[in-house]
Amino acid sequence: MQHDQSYTGQDFKVVGSRPKRPDGIDKVTGRARYGADMSAPGQLVALMLRSPHAHARIVKIDTSKAEKLAGVKAVLTAADLPDLTNGNAGDYATLENCMARDRALYDGHAVAAVAAIDKSTAKKALKLIKVTYEKLDHVTDVDEALKQGAPQIQPACDGNLGGRYEFGHGDCEAGLKEADVVIEKSFKTGQTHQGYIEPHACLATVGPDGSGELWVTTQGHFTYRNVCATLLGMDIAKLKVTSSEIGGGFGGKTHVWIEPVALALARKANRPVKMVMSREEVFKASGPTCASSMDVKIGAKKDGTITSAFIECRYSDGAFPGIWGMLGGMTAWACYDLKNCQSVGVDVLVNRPKVAAYRAPSAPMMAFGVESTLDMLAKELDMDPVQLRLKNVAREGTQSSYGPVYGPIGIEPTLEAVRDHPHMKAKLGPNQGRGMACGFWFNIGGQTCSDLNIGVDGTVNLTVGTIDVGGARASLSLIAAEELGISYDDVKTTIGDTNSLGHNDTTEGSRGTFSSGMATIFAAREAIEVMKSRAAQMWDIPIEAVSWENGHAVATGAEHGNLPPLSLKEIAAESPTTGGPIAGHHEVTADGSGVSFASHIVDVEVDPETGRTQVLRYTVVQDAGKAIHPDYVEGQFQGGAAQGIGWALNEEYIYGEDGCLQNPGFLDYRIPVCSDLPFIDTKILEIPNPNHPYGIRGVGETSIVPPLAAIGNAVSNAAGVRMDQVPMSPPRILKALEQA
Amino acid sequence: MAGVHVSTTVNGDPVEYVCPADESLLDVLRDRLGLTGAKEGCGTGDCGACSITLDGQLVCSCLVLGAEAEGKKITTVEGMADGENLHPLQRQFIDNAALQCGICTPGFLVAGKALLDRNPDPSVEEIRYALAGNLCRCTGYDKIVRAVQAAAKDLQKQKK
Repeated sequence: MQHDQSYTGQDFKVVGSRPKRPDGIDKVTGRARYGADMSAPGQLVALMLRSPHAHARIVKIDTSKAEKLAGVKAVLTAADLPDLTNGNAGDYATLENCMARDRALYDGHAVAAVAAIDKSTAKKALKLIKVTYEKLDHVTDVDEALKQGAPQIQPACDGNLGGRYEFGHGDCEAGLKEADVVIEKSFKTGQTHQGYIEPHACLATVGPDGSGELWVTTQGHFTYRNVCATLLGMDIAKLKVTSSEIGGGFGGKTHVWIEPVALALARKANRPVKMVMSREEVFKASGPTCASSMDVKIGAKKDGTITSAFIECRYSDGAFPGIWGMLGGMTAWACYDLKNCQSVGVDVLVNRPKVAAYRAPSAPMMAFGVESTLDMLAKELDMDPVQLRLKNVAREGTQSSYGPVYGPIGIEPTLEAVRDHPHMKAKLGPNQGRGMACGFWFNIGGQTCSDLNIGVDGTVNLTVGTIDVGGARASLSLIAAEELGISYDDVKTTIGDTNSLGHNDTTEGSRGTFSSGMATIFAAREAIEVMKSRAAQMWDIPIEAVSWENGHAVATGAEHGNLPPLSLKEIAAESPTTGGPIAGHHEVTADGSGVSFASHIVDVEVDPETGRTQVLRYTVVQDAGKAIHPDYVEGQFQGGAAQGIGWALNEEYIYGEDGCLQNPGFLDYRIPVCSDLPFIDTKILEIPNPNHPYGIRGVGETSIVPPLAAIGNAVSNAAGVRMDQVPMSPPRILKALEQA
Repeated sequence: MAGVHVSTTVNGDPVEYVCPADESLLDVLRDRLGLTGAKEGCGTGDCGACSITLDGQLVCSCLVLGAEAEGKKITTVEGMADGENLHPLQRQFIDNAALQCGICTPGFLVAGKALLDRNPDPSVEEIRYALAGNLCRCTGYDKIVRAVQAAAKDLQKQKK
């Protein structure tokens, strides 16, 4: 059935309130089951053998001794995983990343795996596998990798160029001629990891009949099913994938890493196989985000009007080409209304792990370059940085830098809210500085399928196929309750496994509440149609004379007006005799996701003796479209800001001369701890998305886009010297102070 | 490897198990006793997701051997609620939306309770330093600190 997805502008009864999340009790009592919390009778423990070299030819793998060890039930190498990808380059890259074929492409690349009766036997077996490597030259730096003569990582690529994407309009060269001031600067960002606290984990079973089950921590169990079935030659319908509770993902659990290997081991051993990554493996061999290097050039008139805006950003994709340059290129100038702009995103291969999405992937780097340079321009023009941005801000009707003409958008209101925020008037002491920056993210929709079933007591089961990592079940229960006109407590939302629903795209791109929210609204409307017909039957009147108001069927028209309304509960109670169960269902490719903007303010203090930066105050202003459950919207704003603070000040992959990762642990890869941060103030703006009945835009990602630049600007103001590289770790700040 | 026989107390109940001498208490709790509330986030004592108390002292159970629990009193997140009554910290974590993914929550609850047991009226700074050994990647800690503040108030009221 077709439904109208336009914004209704309705007054909400329960949407926008802050009820307790339905999974709260399980999560505070230890009952909630995450990836590593499930076990099966007779299960084996699987471990992976990984390359100690950054780049090496695999000459030979001798597994004979490991196979003979008592308690070892299966040993696996690439020879056990034939290429079934039918020329699909993306699938082949996934296969090669899950298990190295002829070459190990990075430190930590899987080369073999073992399943044994327990962990200690599996560990012993790994030591008995003999791999003969022939070391090859390696390159881990993004700019070095593009130089002539750099070691080539993928034979099919031109050098190490994975892709080059250009966006923009107008003529930047002509724009420079109109400029009174030109600012040119280069920047770099370190490689960071999503840092979810739960390592990748799964429990796999495959029988000789080709049927299997996978319990796994994932952002996309339907995608995992499709990819695993493809790589292993299984029928999609015969592989049931259940998404466990997920202990954080932020984009890092959108791709398979160990799962096809666990399934292949389970098939070979005909026993359940549990496989859990260690933290070191997570750092070395899951999918962090890119390091980057970029050049920016902005020209402007004396009044602040930007006449020319150019950026090129080179992203390190790891050993396999991705679309990170494209995504970054699209986001670079999206906040502004520009006559002449160009952005170039370049994907570069290096001997590092295959990059995955990390919350608004590629946007924080571009924003660091763009928003830092804008602050330099503001200084040069002696103009307030917020005013400079407002002078050039994108509005409804603006031709965006990446193509579309904007509908109603929230960048100008976030800037006005920042300008007027009390934070901007807080007094700064010695060695303290304030910075602000803007950020953009697209948000996406995608394939979605939801079921809604009404029980005889009038309580409702909602089953969705997007996952819940930060309160989605609470938000979707609110939406179902709103649409049906019932209480929040009467709705129970469950994440369905792959056998219980049609395909749902991975929960990424801030799509969960937007798209499952839309499918929930339409499933509820279908259930309402069923209930209207049941009421018509109960009253013995034509269905055309029944309408639905506030959770009740109402008889309309003069001849039926004296009938008292029938509540959802009353209709549900009669359902066994009026036609059976009452249900609504909806499947959709949710289009019309609304773009999202944020502006952040931060105050820092820089210790000139140690170079350490303390964040003093932090304020996030972001357009949510509509905040369904404001607690969890604020949570997304705060969490993204905190991750951005870590990226800006501390976090970085450090590679040695040998091309090996030197800090694969939380001690040396230091994410922000509780005592590092202040309370993070939030302000939710609601500029409705015209293409969603409730105006939802999606809120998960934009909050990580501005912090690198906002903190860069604050530190630069505090230290009196422009910072051009993140993380702004103490040694880098001291060096910048010395050189100033 | 010969197993070590251990008699101990977990959440008030007498428990016996046999484990290899090199097995962590975290693995014993999770894999032998079925108490999966404590999580392994790192295995090196850096994240606090496996926090428990051992004779009242807050420890990372990944850094304790199963064999070391002989004769000790262990408490885990599973022992925090009194029957169907949640501990004020558990309740305030839910009421303050102090968890998103929830993987770090058991560790924060155990560490938060250890703090409130010895300091019933902590300042924000004391809360932040007491919880600095527990990593959360979702929340930015804002709502966690507020939940601990609210639970401290609840506990003070209970005592009055």
